[in-house]
Amino acid sequence: MIEVKNITKIYKTGDTELRAVDDVSFRIEDGEFVAIMGPSGSGKSTLMHILGALDTPTSGKYFLDNKDVSEFSDDELADIRKTKIGFVFQSFNLLPRTTVLRNVVLPLVYSGIPKKEREEKAKEALIAAGLDEGHFLHLSNQLSGGQIQRVAIARALVNNPTIILADEPTGNLDTKTGEIVLATFQKLNKEQCRTIILITHEKEVAEHAERIIFIRDGKIVSDDKKHNRRIIDQESLACKELFKK
Amino acid sequence: MHILDVLQETYSALSANKVRTGLTMLGIVIGIGSVIAMVSIGQGAQSSIQSSIQSIGSNLLIIMPGAQRGSGAQISTGRGGAITLLQSDADAINKEVSGISHVAAELSSRYQVTAKGQGTNTNTTVTGTTASYTSVRNLEIESGNFITDQNVKSLSKVAVLGPSTRDDLFGEGVDPVGKIIRIKSIEFKVVGVTKAKGGSGFSNQDDIIFIPLSSAQKYLTGSDYLSTISVQAESEDIMTVVQEDITALLLKRHKISDSASADFNIMNQSDILSTASTVTTTLTYLLAAIAGISLLVGGIGIMNMMLTTVTERTREIGLRKAIGAKRKDISLQFIIESIVLTFTGGAIGILLGCGISYAVNLLGIIQTTISVPSILLAFGVSTIIGIVFGYYPARRAASLNPIQALRYE
Repeated sequence: MIEVKNITKIYKTGDTELRAVDDVSFRIEDGEFVAIMGPSGSGKSTLMHILGALDTPTSGKYFLDNKDVSEFSDDELADIRKTKIGFVFQSFNLLPRTTVLRNVVLPLVYSGIPKKEREEKAKEALIAAGLDEGHFLHLSNQLSGGQIQRVAIARALVNNPTIILADEPTGNLDTKTGEIVLATFQKLNKEQCRTIILITHEKEVAEHAERIIFIRDGKIVSDDKKHNRRIIDQESLACKELFKK
Repeated sequence: MHILDVLQETYSALSANKVRTGLTMLGIVIGIGSVIAMVSIGQGAQSSIQSSIQSIGSNLLIIMPGAQRGSGAQISTGRGGAITLLQSDADAINKEVSGISHVAAELSSRYQVTAKGQGTNTNTTVTGTTASYTSVRNLEIESGNFITDQNVKSLSKVAVLGPSTRDDLFGEGVDPVGKIIRIKSIEFKVVGVTKAKGGSGFSNQDDIIFIPLSSAQKYLTGSDYLSTISVQAESEDIMTVVQEDITALLLKRHKISDSASADFNIMNQSDILSTASTVTTTLTYLLAAIAGISLLVGGIGIMNMMLTTVTERTREIGLRKAIGAKRKDISLQFIIESIVLTFTGGAIGILLGCGISYAVNLLGIIQTTISVPSILLAFGVSTIIGIVFGYYPARRAASLNPIQALRYE
């Protein structure tokens, strides 16, 4: 569970002060699929960095699983990223000249998990992300854009994190491949009850989520449940019911 | 993060750019290789000079006529001006000074020598000496006999040839025992040949003819002075004492009260040895220092490459940090990369250094010796270079902000 209370992030360059995120508060429950949407320069990336424990807010509190992360040190933040957060970036998701399996194993390497166990986990995650077993030993630069994002999703999953943070995951993909990646997120959200936070500037992409937080100039403009969301894969919403109880 | 995982990362990082890795490593290879080769050559020179000094005899004191000027070893050995040592001096030393195992009186001079019936001739050193010369100068006989006390007593016209002189007069491999040579038109019968000793720092001990001392005095020079008295002390420890005793005795016999105006000079073999080893040690240090500079340059090459790598891999570092790598994981990875570079370079360098040293040996330039400590030192130094020159790049990598690292283009 994520709880953000009055978070402000100020960047100072010389005398000018930029309020990238300005007094933002919200809550995201486990199992939610939330899109954070806004035009470029709206502060959504800064918010993503704070949510992803890559950065700390200037003021305000950030609770991740009831732990106050807002004043953690570098290494403590690294621990949070390692255990509670899975990232999917727009580009440069994978280490070059490295096999798919090795890329997915990497977070577990930093967690110090034994070799055999981590390979099993990585394979499970890759299958969950929808990648063919035949690709596991391919080098990352031999993959297509869609495959790269699936590997990135698998890597985000492999540590069994509280949230998966996707920063413009379809930004470099064509519409069709983008749909496939978004479908993967929906499937993981539905079947494995993963909390997914999707950062995007595209309305069509955001509409795949069940809730959209719209921000502009560092402030929340709207925070709505999406009722007519785009569901690509019509399957059971069983785990949703589970969480509501 | 487990060390095996770090090594796997290191391997894939270093093998990604083999040419650059190889060239960077080359700096360390050359550095370590030259340290090993230079030190082995220096040590080889040292031991070759020492063995050459020792080949003239052991625990040797050489007394020569001539004035000692100042405190240095500026010796005037011009015979014309310094006829001061006599057979009686040698006998007195043998009798009165304790701690002496052998005394050999010598009288050397160069003459034109011809072999009777061969038509060959050579200009060589003719040394008149006594039977004890073989013990004092570690001389061995290849065939026949050396000069005996009987020869000296009876003024025999016999000669013992050095191997080079034998080659010059009779040809290689010929046994000249029984043949006749002429020195100053006087016929001498060859009775033996000495074993080859190789050139020493002072004179070629193989290009020489030995005749009885008394015969040399009577037939060649016509006077009873000596050119050298060689004294062998019983042990190395008492050499200084023996030297002092001989000095005192000779001063008394020559009726000189001030030791500064002595008419003879004593060379102490251990002094020569220690002077020579000081020179060669300095030489070894000098060579090692020059090689050390190339090692330093190699290390800077490593640092340069590591800094380039860190810049190139900024996004990779950002990604690693995003998925949970801590500062120490990142810095360890880069430090290990640098150490692996220098360690591998060091290992190849040691092989190269040993190869050079072996080649120098094989070409017969100098007898080199590779010491185990210098190899261990090279390994240690190359690892330390890896740590020292990898530290700054690694710290830079570790302190990168993951957000900026990910945004880096």
